[in-house]
Amino acid sequence: MGNASSMLTQYDIEEVQEYCNNLFSQQEIVSLYQRFCQLDRNAKGFISADEFLSVPEFAMNPLSQRLLKMVDGLNFKDFVAFLSAFSAKASVHQKIQFIFKVYDSDGNGKVSFNDLLEVLRDLSGSFISDDQREQVLTQLMKEAGYSRDSYLMLDDFTKVFGSTGLKMEVEVPVD
Amino acid sequence: MSGIEGKLSSSSSELDLDRPNIEDYLPSGSSIHEPRGKLRLRDLLDISPTLTEAAGAIVDDSFTRCFKSNPPEPWNWNVYLFPLWCFGVAIRYLVLFPVRVIVLTIGWILFLSSVIPVHFLLKGHDKLREKMERFLVELLCSFFVASWTGVVKYHGPRPSMRPKQVFVANHTSMIDFIILEQMTPFAVIMQKHPGWVGLIQSTILESVGCIWFNRSEAKDREIVAKKLRDHIQGVDNNPLLIFPEGTCVNNQYSVMFKKGAFELGCTVCPIAIKYNKIFVDAFWNSRKQSFTMHLLQLMTSWAVVCDVWYLEPQNLKPGETPIEFAERVRDIISVRAGLKKVPWDGYLKYSRPSPKHTERKQQSFAESVLRRLEEK
Repeated sequence: MGNASSMLTQYDIEEVQEYCNNLFSQQEIVSLYQRFCQLDRNAKGFISADEFLSVPEFAMNPLSQRLLKMVDGLNFKDFVAFLSAFSAKASVHQKIQFIFKVYDSDGNGKVSFNDLLEVLRDLSGSFISDDQREQVLTQLMKEAGYSRDSYLMLDDFTKVFGSTGLKMEVEVPVD
Repeated sequence: MSGIEGKLSSSSSELDLDRPNIEDYLPSGSSIHEPRGKLRLRDLLDISPTLTEAAGAIVDDSFTRCFKSNPPEPWNWNVYLFPLWCFGVAIRYLVLFPVRVIVLTIGWILFLSSVIPVHFLLKGHDKLREKMERFLVELLCSFFVASWTGVVKYHGPRPSMRPKQVFVANHTSMIDFIILEQMTPFAVIMQKHPGWVGLIQSTILESVGCIWFNRSEAKDREIVAKKLRDHIQGVDNNPLLIFPEGTCVNNQYSVMFKKGAFELGCTVCPIAIKYNKIFVDAFWNSRKQSFTMHLLQLMTSWAVVCDVWYLEPQNLKPGETPIEFAERVRDIISVRAGLKKVPWDGYLKYSRPSPKHTERKQQSFAESVLRRLEEK
């Protein structure tokens, strides 16, 4: 069992770095590759949903199923691109874009009231009733100037998040 | 603003409510600063804390780290050292390995030729027969240890044959059992394995009083608990050795101890085992190798060097629950063997975490939202 980085050439690293818009350093990409190989048990070239769920910390996360749909079966390049939103170098806009994608599960570029409701359901489970969730959401949407039938676009998300900073960062351990 | 009544439904009560709280161990920086003030749409849309936790787990998590093999650093990387290393490989595979195979074969021949007659001829004289079988098992284990050039340093007083005591140790590989057994005839509780290991388990190890369990059987736990209790009660039985982690861990971390060994109402004697990684990584990564391959790897290394510490016997303190007792003993062993503790159940290697943990997160989110709704 050789050193993982020996399987990743300098060209590969640069290609991945370009693909993720330089949001990760080369060392971080090597670390992410080692992690990718660790999770991808039989070297298929992608990590299956089952292998993601074998990380208990991930399986316990309320949004794990949603994220699984986004990350299941990605090859290494796309895996790094997926995680690039969590880089310290990523802009607030890029992070908001990622959050938008999590909500917009059908990928049609707009987030409906139902999409918002579903994510809220994932996060709160059986501890808030469906009626309550609808009530809260309707009220908050109204206060922000939207109705139940409004569709939120990426621009709306940007407006709602406003100028307050967004903290969404993960540190890639580099030996 | 009209207040919306917050009603929280409690989660279904689960069996082990007194498990130590994983949330106390897990890094959750976001929950430190509780958002305050009136609830706005932005607060509901901002799922970044949850996403950060998930991405953090994808990038690195303390559970997977426990089962990562850590082979010794390669040192053969330059033109002077490489020939030396090649020479070393030649000696290990062409000289040491055959010698070790011969030693092991001699050991097996001696053992089998003695244990079979003893088992049948001394059928009536149980006490003598057991004594001889114990001695022979110890002998076989010594041959095994010699076959890896095992250098084991034992620290602390040898385990004494006293009633009402169990021994617990951290678990790195099945060779833990062999290393301990060559000194003392323990009766161990182990997972039933397939193949030749299983055969040995059903025949030879039965004579030392070993107990088998099957992780995959749900009802198994109660059956095993009863077997444990019965064994403790028996006066003549060999001292019981339990590996409370329930699975092999890579000798750098320790996972949570199962409370089974700590609620038997007897003294618990901790044993700490630490392997010296410079010579060989003794971790048996059962996902990556079979036990046979693992043994072959050991037999083609220079040596297996380890320290075994027999630590001070512990009793349940007044007012302490078995789970707290288990954690306390885990702490003692981890400190002695230089292991980092992680708050995970070793069985998560084989199954998914219970939905209870997700529910707890959902509950704290729900509480926070409803609380902020009350605020003006």
